[in-house]
Amino acid sequence: MEEILSLARKEAQEAEVFLVSSEETQVHFEANRLKQLQTRQKDSVSLRVVKDGRIGYATATLLDNAAELVRNAVETAQFGTVAKFRFPEKTVYPQVDVFDDSVNAVTIDNMIELGTAMIDTVLAHTTDIICDAGTNRGTVSVRIANTKGGEAEYHKSFFSLGLEGSLINGTDMLFVGESQGSCHPLLDPALITGDVLRQLELAKDRAAVPTRPLPVIFTPTGVASALIFSLMSAFNGKSVLEGASPIGEKLGWQVFDEKLSLWDDATLAYRPASRPCDDEGVPSRRTPLIERGVVSGFLYDLQTAARAGAESTGNGERGNGLPAPSPSAFVIAPGGASFEEMLADIKEGLVIEHLMGASQGNVLGGEFSGNVLLGYKVENGKIVGRVKDTMVSGNVYELLKEINAVGKEAKWVGGSLLTPPIYCPRLSVASKG
Amino acid sequence: MADIQAIGTKLAEILRKQDVDFIEAHLEESQNSHLSYRSRELESVGRVDAVGGNVRALAKGGWGFVSFNSFDDLAGKVALAVKQARLVGKGESRLAEVAPVVEKVLGSVKENPVDLPLADKKQLLDGYNRIIWETSGIQTSTIGYADGYKRKIYLNSSGSFIEQERADVMLRVSVVAARDGDIQQAGLSVGSPGEPEKIKDLEEDINRLARHAVALLEAPRVNGGEYTVVLDPVLAGVFVHEAFGHLSESDFVYENERMREIMQMGKQFGGPHLNIIDSAAVPGLRGSYKYDDEGTPATRTYLIREGKLVGRLHSRETAAKMNEAPTGNARAVSYRYPPIVRMTNTFIEPGSVSFEDMIADIKEGIYAKSWYGGTTSMEMFTFSSGEAYMIRDGKIAEAVRPVMLTGNVFTTLQNIDAIGNDLDMNQGGGCGKGEQVPLPVSNGSPHIRIRHCLVGGK
Repeated sequence: MEEILSLARKEAQEAEVFLVSSEETQVHFEANRLKQLQTRQKDSVSLRVVKDGRIGYATATLLDNAAELVRNAVETAQFGTVAKFRFPEKTVYPQVDVFDDSVNAVTIDNMIELGTAMIDTVLAHTTDIICDAGTNRGTVSVRIANTKGGEAEYHKSFFSLGLEGSLINGTDMLFVGESQGSCHPLLDPALITGDVLRQLELAKDRAAVPTRPLPVIFTPTGVASALIFSLMSAFNGKSVLEGASPIGEKLGWQVFDEKLSLWDDATLAYRPASRPCDDEGVPSRRTPLIERGVVSGFLYDLQTAARAGAESTGNGERGNGLPAPSPSAFVIAPGGASFEEMLADIKEGLVIEHLMGASQGNVLGGEFSGNVLLGYKVENGKIVGRVKDTMVSGNVYELLKEINAVGKEAKWVGGSLLTPPIYCPRLSVASKG
Repeated sequence: MADIQAIGTKLAEILRKQDVDFIEAHLEESQNSHLSYRSRELESVGRVDAVGGNVRALAKGGWGFVSFNSFDDLAGKVALAVKQARLVGKGESRLAEVAPVVEKVLGSVKENPVDLPLADKKQLLDGYNRIIWETSGIQTSTIGYADGYKRKIYLNSSGSFIEQERADVMLRVSVVAARDGDIQQAGLSVGSPGEPEKIKDLEEDINRLARHAVALLEAPRVNGGEYTVVLDPVLAGVFVHEAFGHLSESDFVYENERMREIMQMGKQFGGPHLNIIDSAAVPGLRGSYKYDDEGTPATRTYLIREGKLVGRLHSRETAAKMNEAPTGNARAVSYRYPPIVRMTNTFIEPGSVSFEDMIADIKEGIYAKSWYGGTTSMEMFTFSSGEAYMIRDGKIAEAVRPVMLTGNVFTTLQNIDAIGNDLDMNQGGGCGKGEQVPLPVSNGSPHIRIRHCLVGGK
């Protein structure tokens, strides 16, 4: 690492090295049976340089050829964008607990038992279901160092459990599923099966919905599959800077219902998306985005923040290229209504558990449209059955301007969203019955 | 750089000594470069080099898989894969017979696109970006260019040792127009297995794209409901990939009794004019290759012929378990993942109906063009257009906002009542399955007409 930095310093004025290595073990069950064990060992080194004011970038999987890495980064710098930021200097990072050594103590046998237990529980409820399931565990190490003296290092553990079931009857297919992740070992199969059995119960009967606007409750997975893509792009500092975010000029404005509050938080203990600093070495924090319906912030990395005249919020994240602003974990504040109270309020409506295809439209504009892959019809305050051949469409900004209630029970969906159910007064529904 | 050929030779020795039913390894060396523009600026230029490999072992029907970047302690990695396979295996290993192959399939890539001067790539993209920004009403835009070159070695315990190479070039352009908080986007995506010419001379298309994004601000949203829909070759290609292609991937079927019933050979899926093919053996497309990632030769597979189900896509394992011939469709997105059953180049064979005849008797319908994306749950699929127009009294009428179409595959394929004569392959897509994304594929079709298609709207 030091070798790369010192080599880079000969060719460029500033440089930063980002090292990640990870090892992950996965146990896969396919069609109700143990199928495969996988171990993935991964190393990568990325080098960002600033040469004559311009950014260059290269990455490689082996540390053995520092000269070539430096050459590649320097070559791209002649065409690179102008660096508006400075690399962060040495700083003190917040204490964010993301490593639990006991993850490594979970044996492969334990992981196999967990998968078997999840599948057995689901099969005991519904004999004809076909389940794919998985348990994963692993660790990641991250090291960052730059020529301004900034340096960071942390280790993270992760563990996840998941199950997807398909129940086929003629050509009718029902898909249920749940997954959970943590930096702690997750050793209770009921974390998954509880939700899967609930979905199977609710989907037992079929019900028809009319083609017209209806009140809708989005469950946490419903929020994740229908609404969150638009919000994630709208609060991205880059969209804001370019004027491509519908809320970019609405800082301090009441854009959403006052029952809605949202923040990004990379500091929650033992959550897979947490970390003491982002991928540029900027300390992690909690960034308010919506406070009681009022737009209150956006997410920035160093370069975007510098261009926007803002401060990095510690949301610089790397994919295969340069860091870019990206949410760590979105948290929607719970409200006061229980799920039953929201249901009781609906004479005729819909509960959306999983919407398929919503990320394929004009996400930036807030428009979404999708097939209700798992959803239930509500009649007179009660779920009466599963809906099929049903499509919903709407606009996130119109929908969240006025909401009936936010649920009081929040739940993690994947690693990056903690949300309660959200109950909206009307959404366009088209159905074949 | 590590010499993957030497490592392969060393690994072949180690694999030979293992006491398992089957064991294979993949080694890969790749270079990628990318340039991306946001708004008026070139935002990011970068180079990515990677070397890595994996070992996959099969014992009593159970698989062990280890992937790595470091080539230290290869014997230890092989031993881990073997140990894992033994831990999992409780039954019987079955793989369809494939004759071992020792071959160097090199020379198909004329020029490594990564080696072309960055300055030339930038000049081309600068030109495209200028065209976008000469259009009034543009709020922002992105241009993403990526190229890659990959050399792969496949070896297994039956004695196969195959060296293959592939190149890839992709260009995605997205234009955003905005007015009074309303935001509209239009995009295009083109690619090729390495030839940079395929992404040149797009000035007119990009000009059209930029003007279309602005025009969308004026366009109304359609009312949701059932319509007669005509799809252009690009979107029809996405449709055949999503709605039917994934269903013919045998790993969804082979251990699922009820899926096997649904996917009975000979079952009528569509009219006698419907023929669907998947073929990696068609040369020169992004989904083309000579051998798949299990060393099985590529084939041309009819999935549907004259409306009837006649074939499906296999890995060696799914073929053996279904007593069918392997089709050479086991593919991995990279050495980090085991090969799974995937599509290659998937298309609807052309029929005889002209576009004019296809729309002539539609009183009110939708003409949906170009693609945004698509996904499937097997039974239900959704896919979204990049552009859409009303069809009124047999003519293309006003532009409307892009539409999302959804349906049930079993009824929708039956509802295709016209197949055009103008097959075109779309090379701009990447396919995702599980965590393996994006895999280079192509898909195509002539124009097709679908009756009673559910369209999302206000």
